[in-house]
Parts: sequence; structure tokens; C-alpha cells
Amino acid sequence: MAETIQPAIQAAKDERLKKEGIGSRLMKRPELGAIAGVILVTTFFLITADGAMFTLSGIMNFMTPAAQLGILAIGAAMLMIGGEFDLSIGSMVAFAGLIFGACTVTLGLPLILAIPLTLAVAAGIGAVNGTIVLKTGLPSFIVTLAFLFVLRGASLVGLKIASGGSTQLRGVRDAVEDDWLAPLFSGDAFGPIFAWLAQIGAIETFKNGAPKVPGIPVEILWFIFLALVATYVLLRTPQGNWIFAAGGDRNAASNSGVPVRKVKIALFMLTAMCGALVAIITVMDSGSTDARRGFMKEFEAIIAAVIGGCLLTGGYGSAIGAFFGAIIFGMVTIGLTYTDFDQDWFQIFLGGMLLIAVLFNNYIRKRVTGER
Amino acid sequence: MTQDTTFHHGDVSTDVRPIIEMTDIEKHFGNIIALAGVSFDVRPGECHCLLGDNGAGKSTFIKTMSGVHKPTHGTITIDGKPMNFSSPRDAMEAGIATVFQDLAMIPLMSVTRNFFMGREPTIGRGPTKRMDVQKMNETAVEEMRKMGINLRGPDQAVGTLSGGERQTVAIARAVYFGARVLILDEPTSALGVRQTSNVLATIDRVRKQGVGVVFISHNVRHALAVGDRFTVLNRGKTLGTARRGEITPEQLQDLMAGGQELAQLEGSLEGTV
Ligand SMILES: Nc1ncnc2c1ncn2[C@@H]1O[C@H](COP(=O)(O)OP(=O)(O)OP(=O)(O)O)[C@@H](O)[C@H]1O
Ligand SMILES: [Mg+2]
Repeated sequence: MAETIQPAIQAAKDERLKKEGIGSRLMKRPELGAIAGVILVTTFFLITADGAMFTLSGIMNFMTPAAQLGILAIGAAMLMIGGEFDLSIGSMVAFAGLIFGACTVTLGLPLILAIPLTLAVAAGIGAVNGTIVLKTGLPSFIVTLAFLFVLRGASLVGLKIASGGSTQLRGVRDAVEDDWLAPLFSGDAFGPIFAWLAQIGAIETFKNGAPKVPGIPVEILWFIFLALVATYVLLRTPQGNWIFAAGGDRNAASNSGVPVRKVKIALFMLTAMCGALVAIITVMDSGSTDARRGFMKEFEAIIAAVIGGCLLTGGYGSAIGAFFGAIIFGMVTIGLTYTDFDQDWFQIFLGGMLLIAVLFNNYIRKRVTGER
Repeated sequence: MTQDTTFHHGDVSTDVRPIIEMTDIEKHFGNIIALAGVSFDVRPGECHCLLGDNGAGKSTFIKTMSGVHKPTHGTITIDGKPMNFSSPRDAMEAGIATVFQDLAMIPLMSVTRNFFMGREPTIGRGPTKRMDVQKMNETAVEEMRKMGINLRGPDQAVGTLSGGERQTVAIARAVYFGARVLILDEPTSALGVRQTSNVLATIDRVRKQGVGVVFISHNVRHALAVGDRFTVLNRGKTLGTARRGEITPEQLQDLMAGGQELAQLEGSLEGTV
């Protein structure tokens, strides 16, 4: 087998193939734009920002919001590659926060029940979203836009019921503090290592000898973990191939035996669960939940995915790209506070980034498809 | 290039049980009646040509055979057992592979990913179960080479291939997966001379292995070169089925065109059609 293959591959290196430099080969990777963006933004802040931004504590400072957005962005990216949008993930963060708060505070459930329950409710709503989109053939944009309002409203109403009239539900921290599962979803990981590093003077400490950075915030670990898993799934598993196919051309994929419906509904569920995970982490972190949680995050997540190389038309993109897209976001939001610039530049910067990313992606797609 | 005599025709005896048998298939799209009762079967080791004018219903018919459409009426049996495909995946699992007229290829994806779309070979088990990328690449290159096309690389996006190259990927894929029935919907419409004879030779090869082939073409010479039986559709109905040798190329051509017009046209073009 291997011998018969050899001449074929040899012949494949034919005279009609120009030598392709590593540069132009990299150009074909969807995440290239986002990586270039990270380098650009880093350079910008290295020049303009206070040096504190790139100390260990400064990095944790911008990586934490980046991770919270990034978890959503990875879900959004997978869904976009699969050819659909979910505009309801921001509201899903608020709604899942409510469910989680109600489970832990109102019902007093332990995390081992509260977390799966919250994820299951989110997955259920994702499945409803997906089923409506697939059954009706309506654009997911419009269906999930409806859920953006429905879930936001439901969070408000639900919070008032659960808290007796307020739009905030407190007491989550007290309810879950001692739970054995809590360290997986809140606080900082690798505390002892950081304490030890502080002891030997490898990292910055406060005057009392405690490390300035007590550990890695768990959301950063979740973020990295999810980015790796998503990348592996997309590039190396049959399911990944189905996601690209379903987003690239639904009919062609289905005619070739890809279970397009299942793939898309699973992606809607996954995206919703990403929203729920962010809700669980941030609610445990702040100790309370409110109806404004996750506001506008759907757009930020989609923007991060687009900066990361996802095409709005589906079928192309990467999870690693969304990973870097979210980091760009975190750097810009937090980084501006380290500079003399006004915070309000943030939105201008964001819009500019999005526009550049879309233009760049458009160009890349034309190159990949040979401008057909 | 491809004379009638190029290939050996397996003399399929009529008493062999068909692999797939479609009886009285009707297909309605709203108020459009695309198929109004078509019966058709494929026996192992034969090439059954499906012929007919544009819009006759050929593609619609083979799509019901490959699980894309559910027939409005009629029955499908495989090995004598009634079958009810709810998706193309079901048909594939029954060993039916199809080259669709629109090819069902995804331009943004690589040749390899397209080739194995929906049927990716895996290695490992449990959470480490993953696509066997090396085997996939090797197979895609090798199968394409067999069809007379040397790929520049298995990771080239299908969108950058030429029309004929793209068609060849679809054919190579169907041949590779068509364990029992291979359906080809105008597979040679974009192909060069060498690739066309390659496809016809491939039909002959898989037929000898016992695969039943359904071949749709507008080209009488191609059909006659490989066909064992010819069924002609016209406006959603069967005009009839002829066995090889029972019908002359002229008769077949007239049937395919639905009658006289072609004869007149042929006259004005001095027999060049
Ligand atoms: N999804 C559909 N909805 C409505 N009408 C359809 C649909 N698919 C096919 N038709 C109609 O059914 C008829 C048969 O179409 P079909 O594609 O099967 O023709 P064909 O024989 O393959 O023609 P060609 O040789 O041009 O490929 C056409 O009149 C077409 O308009
Ligand atoms: Mg057709």
C-alpha cells in the first residue's frame, strides 16, 4: 500500500505547483489574523501602557475577562463554523445565573446537583433554539434574537420571584463556599505552587510575603482547556469534519451522509452550555447574580470568533482563532486603563478591529477557494 | 475513443434477484409531479442506464434511491426486503453510493475531508478516537490517481479544483464507498477524454466485481458503451426498458429526446448531432 502510494505523492509534486513559502501556507490558516492581531495589540500596549500591564498580576488581570468572554467565543466559533449564530448566549449567561442561583440559594442544592442541572437547562434551551431553526428553516439570527429578549426577560422575572422583588439574588457564596466541588469552578488554582514561587522569590509578593498573584483563576484554565478540546475536535475527529461540512453546505453535507440536524442541534446545546459555564463561574466569583449579567456578550463573543477567522457564512474558522480573539478583547478592555487613553476608546477600537478582521477574512477565503 | 466494443458486457441473467428494486415510485413537490410512477431495478454486476430529456425526473428518481427524497408513493426493496430510507446515511449504510449531479462537495474543505465526509475512518478508541488522517490522505490521493488525476496535494481545497477535477473527486469517492450499488448522475459532463474513458472503464471494473451501477447520461455513445439495460424516462414516466442489443443507437436517441424533433434538427445540421 505504502509503495503504491509513493509515486502518487511524488507525482503530486508536479511542475504546475509553485513552491509555496511558509508564509503563504500560514496565510491559509484561519487563525492567522487573530495571532497577528495579538502581536499588534501587544506591541501597541508595550509602547503605550504602563509596564505593570505585562507583569504576572497584570496578565492575570486581562486574562480573566478574556477567559470569561473566550469560553463563550469558543462556543460561538464552533456554532459559526457549523453555519449558525446564537444571539442569545449573553442572555443565557443571565438566565443560567438565575437557575444556578435558585438551585444553590433558594433550593439549597449542593454543587454536584446544581451545576449539572444548570448545564442541562441551558442545553435544553439550546436544543429548543436549534430545533426551531432546523424545523422552520428560518435564519438562526432571527430565532435566537427572539431568545435574546425572552431569556433576558425571564431572568428579570425569575429573579424577582426568587429574591422577593429584587433583580439581584445574593448569598450564592455563602451557599457554596464549603462545597467540595467549589475549587473547580471558583477561585485560583495551583495556590501552593504560587506560594512556593513567592517563597523562593520567583514571583512578586506583597509586603507580608503573600504572592501578589495567589494562583491562576480557574476560568483561565477552563478557557485553555476548552480551546484545546475544541481544536482537537475540529481538526482531528469525524464530528469536527461534520461541523465544517454542515456549515460549508448543508445540502451537500447531508447528501454525503453527515447527520446535519444532529450536528447543528448539538452545537446549539454546546454554545448554550458555554454560557451556563460562564454563568456558574462568574456567579460563584461574585457571590450573587443579577439580570444584567452577560449583557452584550453575544456580540462580543461573535466578534471574537470573527477576529479569530470564522466566516459569517459558516464552514470556516478555528477555535484557536477565537481563543486569540478573546485575548485581544481582554487586552484592549483592560489595557486601556494602563494607558493615558480614555476608556471610551474601547468601542472605537473594537469596531475597527472587527472591520479589519472581516476584510482580512474575506480576502483569505477568496484565496482558499481560488476566488470562485 | 470509446467504441461500443470497448467493454465486455456481463450477460446478466434475468433470474438474478435485484439488489434494489423500486416499484411505482411517485414523487410530488407541492403541486409539481416530478415522478408519476417509475419502476426500476438494479441487479448485481449490471450497468443500468437511466436516460431521458432535461427535466424528465432522472435526478429526482435517483435521489429517492439514495435516501435524499422520500417517495410520495411506491416501494423500495433491498434484497427483497422493504426499505424506508430516512436519510442519505441510511442508504449509504445499505451500500449505496451516489455521485450527485451537483456533486455534493464543499468548496472550503480539503479534498481529503470531502472525500471522507460522513464516513471518516478512525483510529483509537474512547476519547482518543480520532480520524486516521494519514490513511485518509493516502487513500484520497491513490483513488484520485486511479481515476487519472494527480492531485497537487490532498489538503487542497475543493473550491480551487477545476470542474472536472471536482467531478472526479465525487466519482472516486462514490466508487470507493459504493459497496453494492453505485449511482452516477451525469458523471462525465465536465470530464476530458481521458478521464471519461477512465470513468467508463471504472464502471466496467466495479460491475465485474458484482456492484450494480446506475448510470445517467445524455450521451448515447457513453451509455451504449457500458450499459446492459436502458430505461428511458419522459416527463416523470417510464417510456420503457430495453436490453442491450434490442435497440439501435438511433432508436435510443430518439426515445431520449422524446421523439421527432431531434430527427428534424439532425436534418438541418446534416447529421452532426
Ligand atoms: N425540489 C424540487 N421542488 C420542485 N420541483 C422539483 C424539485 N426537484 C425537481 N423538481 C422538478 O422535477 C422535474 C424533474 O427534475 P430532475 O432534476 O429530476 O430532472 P432530470 O431528469 O435530472 O433533468 P436533467 O437532465 O436536466 O438533469 C423538473 O421539472 C424539476 O423542476
Ligand atoms: Mg438531473
